[in-house]
Amino acid sequence: MIDAILQYEFLQNAFLTGIIIGIIAPLIGVFVVVRRLSLIADALSHVTLAGIAASLLLEKKFLPAGSLNPIYIGMVFSIVGSLFIEKLRTVYKHYQELAIPIILSSGTGLSVIFISLADGFNTDLFGYLFGSVSAVSRADFWMVLIISIFVIAIILLFYKELFLISFDEEHAKASGIPVKGFHLIFIIMVALVIASSMRIVGVLLVSSLMTLPVASAIRLSNGFKQTILYSIIFGETAVLGGLTISYYLDLAPGGTIVMISVIILILSILRKKGMVKRAV
Amino acid sequence: MNNKQVIIDISGLSYSYENENVLEDINISITKGSFLGIVGPNGSGKSTLLKLILGLEKKQKGDIHLFGKDISQFRDWEKIGFVSQKANSFNTGFPATVYEVVKSGLTKKIGLLHYMKKEHHLQILKAIDSVGLLDLKQRNIGELSGGQQQRVFIARALVSEPELLILDEPTVGVDAGNVRSFYHMLGDLNQKLGITLLLVTHDIGAITDKVTHVVCLNKYLYFHGETEEFEVKKKNGMPEDYGFDLQMLSHKHGHDTGHEAGGDFQ
Repeated sequence: MIDAILQYEFLQNAFLTGIIIGIIAPLIGVFVVVRRLSLIADALSHVTLAGIAASLLLEKKFLPAGSLNPIYIGMVFSIVGSLFIEKLRTVYKHYQELAIPIILSSGTGLSVIFISLADGFNTDLFGYLFGSVSAVSRADFWMVLIISIFVIAIILLFYKELFLISFDEEHAKASGIPVKGFHLIFIIMVALVIASSMRIVGVLLVSSLMTLPVASAIRLSNGFKQTILYSIIFGETAVLGGLTISYYLDLAPGGTIVMISVIILILSILRKKGMVKRAV
Repeated sequence: MNNKQVIIDISGLSYSYENENVLEDINISITKGSFLGIVGPNGSGKSTLLKLILGLEKKQKGDIHLFGKDISQFRDWEKIGFVSQKANSFNTGFPATVYEVVKSGLTKKIGLLHYMKKEHHLQILKAIDSVGLLDLKQRNIGELSGGQQQRVFIARALVSEPELLILDEPTVGVDAGNVRSFYHMLGDLNQKLGITLLLVTHDIGAITDKVTHVVCLNKYLYFHGETEEFEVKKKNGMPEDYGFDLQMLSHKHGHDTGHEAGGDFQ
């Protein structure tokens, strides 16, 4: 495996990018899960898909091949979608979860239209849906690296504010913390992480990398920081293991990564909390 | 005992929602170091009074002075800690330790883009110790009992070292067996740490040995004075229109019938 990684640049790109998203997806995922927004990641990934489909359509019909990186337009769609979600959550104050199906179905509807206009599926799209070991370019890697530095910096700088808003929004407001501004930054970070992760895990499975490691970590951890640490360990295990299996068995990495996450989750549910605490 | 600083001074306060008066001509003053219990039936205007004191509702008629300043000029809100009813949308599955939750009470004080220092760490431990949970500081809050969770929230309010702590029916959701030790802890906060306490409850019988002053409220102010006077008044019977049988309350508590769980006396 190491030989292959040293030899092939596409594998280097995939693994380096994988290592990064194995950190940032579960990291932002902890905040997403404890704020009970798990489905937002799903909604945004479908909007990102619309952006990718739009990009592929543009490239096929109007622009020379290879002139557009779909990840950029995907990212733009994802951010716009995240802003809509924030808006909808204030419009439907008492039905905040309504924002999710609204955005999810809009994203899927748009995707289907763009895909139809482009005369159906092609292999590229398959890679975006379920991830790919071979499709990650060096440029993708750099972009994911920049985004992850941004996300990690924001979380380190505003950790205590983000914690308080997640734990007790009312108290955060009463303490004079600009809750609305933080919501906005937060949802944009989620959008960016989703767009970054889709090359590896694929649009349809991005949300699982944000939620499954966290779901496992919550069962075993003591405290918030430990939850973050365990989530990242589980996420990283799933990504690296999944990519390796995917390379050897020629499977889409989205599937292998998610299934490893599911296995970790099952183990975490089976294991008694006390036992693990002693072991760690 | 003389010349004590008046922390809250309310005079001639009236308030109405739409056409209904909820508070009329209320005069209350709280001096530093006292422990005031405000008692009254549901709908007696207790919550409205708290909201007015905390600046969450704008006063309509009368005056409120906090720490000697008119409430409209008052800016030192960190001098006042507030613990609301526990029921407020608290996610008991949240993966945070007691320490982490109490630490979140310092968020504003530490300030944006600043990090915790050693002194903050000591403040956190002190706050956790003052509510008697030091042994549990690394536990997830979800593993604690209702009474312990409420203590965590008190510690979170205490950590920024307020001079006045306001508690809104803190024993709702706390099982009867733990209510006693909970009030005992409040008494310690008042006597040992010298924190001024304002407690809203409909369970005054339980704490007459802790509070220094009592206010009986039901739209009008029925009683405001020291606890000894209150005991006398209680024996002689409150005016009938007060609508709240204090005698029964204190009796009930004596047998620990667990009326917290029911919570409603009307």
